Amino acid sequence: MKVQKFLLAADHLSTWTGKAAAWLILALMATVCIEVFKRYILNAPTAWIFDATNMMYGTIFMLCGAYTLAQDAHVRGDFLYGSMKPRTQAGFDLVLYIIFFLPGIGALVYAGVDYAELSWRINEHSNVTSDGPPVYPFKTIIPIAGALVLLQGIAEIVRCVVCLKTGEWPPRLKDVEEIDVIEQQLAGSTLVDEESRKLAIDGAHQIDEAAHQRIGSRGAERE
Amino acid sequence: MRLLTNASVRGEQNVSDPALGLLMLSLIVVVIMMGFPTAFTLMGLGMFFGFIAFYDPSQSWTQNKIFDLMVERTYGAMNNDVLISIPLFVLMGYVMERGALVDKMFYSIQLAFRRVPASLAVATLIVCTFWGIASGLVGAVVVLMGVIAFNPMLKAGYDVRLAAGVITAGGTLGILIPPSVMIIVYAAVAGQSVVKLYASAMFPGFFLAFLYLVYVIGWAVLNPKIAPPLPESEQKVPVSDWVRKFQQAYSKNMLGSLFVALFLPRKALAIERDGVRLTYLTIWKNFLNAMFPFVLAAVTLWGIWWYVVIHQQADVQPAASIVRQAAAPDASALQAPTAEPDKPLELGNDATTAATPDTPAQEAGSAEQVGDPELLKQAGIAPAESGPAPEFFIWFWGIVAATALLLVWYYWRMEAESFELLKLLISSVMPLGILTMIVLAVILFGITTATESAAIGAAGAFLLALQARTFDWERLKQSVFLTAKTTAMVCWLFVGSALFSGVFALLGGQQLVEQWVLSLNMSPLQFMILSQAIIFVLGWPLEWTEIIVIFVPIFLPLLKHFNIDPILWGTLVFVNLQAAFLSPPVAMSAFYLKGVAPKHVTLNQIFAGMMPYMLIVILCMIIMYVWPGMTLWLPNYLYPSGG
Repeated sequence: MKVQKFLLAADHLSTWTGKAAAWLILALMATVCIEVFKRYILNAPTAWIFDATNMMYGTIFMLCGAYTLAQDAHVRGDFLYGSMKPRTQAGFDLVLYIIFFLPGIGALVYAGVDYAELSWRINEHSNVTSDGPPVYPFKTIIPIAGALVLLQGIAEIVRCVVCLKTGEWPPRLKDVEEIDVIEQQLAGSTLVDEESRKLAIDGAHQIDEAAHQRIGSRGAERE
Repeated sequence: MRLLTNASVRGEQNVSDPALGLLMLSLIVVVIMMGFPTAFTLMGLGMFFGFIAFYDPSQSWTQNKIFDLMVERTYGAMNNDVLISIPLFVLMGYVMERGALVDKMFYSIQLAFRRVPASLAVATLIVCTFWGIASGLVGAVVVLMGVIAFNPMLKAGYDVRLAAGVITAGGTLGILIPPSVMIIVYAAVAGQSVVKLYASAMFPGFFLAFLYLVYVIGWAVLNPKIAPPLPESEQKVPVSDWVRKFQQAYSKNMLGSLFVALFLPRKALAIERDGVRLTYLTIWKNFLNAMFPFVLAAVTLWGIWWYVVIHQQADVQPAASIVRQAAAPDASALQAPTAEPDKPLELGNDATTAATPDTPAQEAGSAEQVGDPELLKQAGIAPAESGPAPEFFIWFWGIVAATALLLVWYYWRMEAESFELLKLLISSVMPLGILTMIVLAVILFGITTATESAAIGAAGAFLLALQARTFDWERLKQSVFLTAKTTAMVCWLFVGSALFSGVFALLGGQQLVEQWVLSLNMSPLQFMILSQAIIFVLGWPLEWTEIIVIFVPIFLPLLKHFNIDPILWGTLVFVNLQAAFLSPPVAMSAFYLKGVAPKHVTLNQIFAGMMPYMLIVILCMIIMYVWPGMTLWLPNYLYPSGG
């Protein structure tokens, strides 16, 4: 079970950094709101806000890339993929991870290090406004995020190998999913009858999965 | 873009490069179908072909320029000031989705429309439209409405096809109606302004919802058997005890009695509610609730008056310069920025500049591209005159008079039932409604940029959710993490496609496609139909993210050859995707509904229910094409820029 430990460790690392970066969204929201207040009501705009918000946004999505990969939330064309057997899925994924993912993300890390290093060396500052904030920490995000995604990608490759061996996908860390809103909305509802409420809440994940695979009978099989 | 100029020179010298480009394009389709995460597929293919294109034997392979291009494109996506509003709008959606209770909304709207034929179906459509404003998730909406509305409809004896159709069609509306993430992504890809696209999607989105409504009501009127009215017992609005006593103490009319009670509260304060006496504050609150329709009407009308009469007067100066520009349409058309797919990242500034109506014509010439001289005249002249047209006053005061009459009639008949109904509606629909109205109004009137209004909208969604006491720490965490994942998904896709499209253009693949399409000698209409048909077919297996980010850029540079406005074309794409997502047998929403439907409902019945809506969407597209004013009037009116 050493393999499973490695997989979960990689998942944990990606998820932790991703979630930590995710809180920047609230900071981004607050910053923009305060700036709106200052600009439109106090008539005193701040010059560096434009750079700051852009950097927050860039940091959020770059650092969440590995987290998203760990949750298998990057969009896939799952039209055919969804209906394949796990082994076939793993076979395709393994090959494509090696020929597309590794060169692509590898290049991102390699080029990102050079790019960030140059920025540090010339002490680069933003030129959107005069006397802009330093850019080098922001550019450093590129190799860091790239490395995280690369690590998570290696974990995914291992997952594919495990799946090829066992015929089953190794488990992932549990995390919030879009379809969870069903439970949130229905749990306290007094206007929907008990039975259909329970069925929908319990089956939400299955329904989501079945819809992505275009299976119409899953709902009936559940009974 | 030093890299690109270098390479395009090379591209012309090397004959095999465009062939490589086409190979790249066909490979992407194949690999996407294999189900690999699209962002990394794009990156990998871009790296691969870029490496070949940049290959220079005199250099070590580690010096290949593709590495520079890769990191520059990534940094471009990180610095994109259009995409920055995505996390904020997505956050707003997730918070609203957790804050507003959709079952209460459905219940109160259904009661409000209880006298209308097929009231449950009508309520479903309205809830979906509202919900679509808040959230763009097809799956969650369909499952939720499947639980809340589908079973009640079947129990009431509705036709299965009718019930299934409204839910699946209504559920997909969410990705069309602003503020939708799809529109932001298109804006970033096409280098158009987000606000203009929002304005242009406004009328078509609601028009489509309206067409759905007409269809449902029309069908129910022609054939009442398919949608029998609910039994009398379920049509009753629950009236609380104190309201009855209140009516006895004062008079039957609620507004009148509340008004009187404000001054003579003695009798009211004697009434008990749940064992506690009414307080003066309660009377005030109820009075304000009763006044709500009046306030809403007054604020809306005043807003229109302010924008058209007061705000425009202040803009006469810039309007005059616009007239001068309009006099030389050819010149401005030449200057019109063209959206090239190889530079989607550099064109993002429009969102901030076009947000103020008096910006100099950044996007001059967009209306010339429509090719409709009549529309051009209307769009150019309406805002450019030094005041609103005289017809405006006739219409405006006519509408004011009609609204006033309606309000008088409404308040005259306001008894216990309609008062309780009003309170229900206010508590369930109003928070979401007001927030969306504010967010959209702030964007559309050009008061703030899209990013700023997204942030305000997200903050407002938090306030509303807190006020409704439906929000807690757990839900906050969920919304933030979901937002992070969605943002990362969209933006990484953008990183991948930025590299991909850069390499594709560099190989000359784009040129080859352009030459080929131009050699077909199509008329603009033929091109329009062809492009929309291709996107329609792509919409079957693919998600909107992939279509907008990968395939739309291929068409964009062709639009100017055919004099098609990218805003009109984009809006047609948004509507088109609705049809694609409703086409059997691939439509995902049908499978979501099947998941929650009772066993006796078959997939084929659901598909049969969806078909008519698909045709309605296509009808809507035809209307939009024949009458581009529906799409373009609002953006051209709000942001006159040399049109």
